[in-house]
Amino acid sequence: MSHLFKGQALTLVRGGRLLFEGLDLHLAAGEALHVTGPNGSGKSSLIRLAAGLLNPNAGRIDRVAVSMADESLSLDRELPLGGALAFWNGPLLQQAMTAFALDALAHVPVRLLSTGQAKRATLARVMASGNQLWLLDEPLNGLDRKGVEELDAAILAHRKAGGAVLAASHLPIGGEWRTLELGA
Amino acid sequence: MTGRLIAREVRRGLHGTAWLPVAFFLLIATVVPFAVGPDPRLLARIGGGALWIAALTAALLPVERLIEPDRADGMLDQLTLWGMSEEAIGAAKVVGHWLTFGPLLLLSAVPGSFLVGLDGSALFRSLMSLAIGTPALAALSVAVAALTSGLPRAGALAGLLMMPLAVPLVIFGAAATGDSNSAALKLEAAVALLMVAGSPFVAGAAIRAGRT
Repeated sequence: MSHLFKGQALTLVRGGRLLFEGLDLHLAAGEALHVTGPNGSGKSSLIRLAAGLLNPNAGRIDRVAVSMADESLSLDRELPLGGALAFWNGPLLQQAMTAFALDALAHVPVRLLSTGQAKRATLARVMASGNQLWLLDEPLNGLDRKGVEELDAAILAHRKAGGAVLAASHLPIGGEWRTLELGA
Repeated sequence: MTGRLIAREVRRGLHGTAWLPVAFFLLIATVVPFAVGPDPRLLARIGGGALWIAALTAALLPVERLIEPDRADGMLDQLTLWGMSEEAIGAAKVVGHWLTFGPLLLLSAVPGSFLVGLDGSALFRSLMSLAIGTPALAALSVAVAALTSGLPRAGALAGLLMMPLAVPLVIFGAAATGDSNSAALKLEAAVALLMVAGSPFVAGAAIRAGRT
């Protein structure tokens, strides 16, 4: 089976602290990996490493194009939500907005969105990108129960379509996941 | 994506504070005659230099909004994930910033030139010199903005960093407003070209180095 993500012997040191060493990480089509661990164990750093925003101190990464949702919004606050998301030019924008129940909010300026609505917007951007590999950093933060259900459904559909998900969260996520515990 | 980013920079520039550097520029040009006295000969001699000082200080104003908000909001990270190199981001920022800064400054340089007593051929020379100089000022602003983004009191630091770097530009730019026979305009163009060509690489490296 071809791998969408392949990290070999990854070592990461941040601020003089060794977060992990010799970590092997593989994600094939349809797979999902849930990274857990206490605060400061390097979950977010692993996501940024997988995204290519950090360089590993040792090891190598091969991967397909990725989309990432983290705690930052990256949407222009003065624009309506629909316009701000459209800037990112995702081919599946309409489906993504419907999947995360954002259609009714399309005309609301981004600066007026609540925490949960903003979170759904960042998740919708990931889905809209059409990329096969999703990187989600604490995707459940700020989501209400309905939002969590929408996310679970989106992840399930994405995996059925041959995508893969790498998520870091200290909370359990719905569905079948392989888990990787950092800092254990 | 580069075109979309340029369009976004222009929209955000015009949406917010594009008039602020222009107003600042004209204010300084207004203050000069008050400071040195209304003697037309003296004003005509220092007018070109005064305009350049006004343009340089005006270019400092938008530095804080050029890179830092996008860094803090993860915009730069997302653009990288979307396949843009950091250098391309820097180049798009330079173009987008110049489009909201350069033409408006040139427009206001016409009344600004009259305020410091330049007219006729001196007005034309000062406009030429500023037309060549504003892309370099925009490029310098973006590079300095990238270098100082994420630092505390970045605004003050940006001033300290940008003023010395702009000295060659000011020397040749101001000289080009004075004497039509000198090679100052060509030298100014050479300095401007170096800054415009180098800025995306400086900004790109600074964006990468500033990642946490």
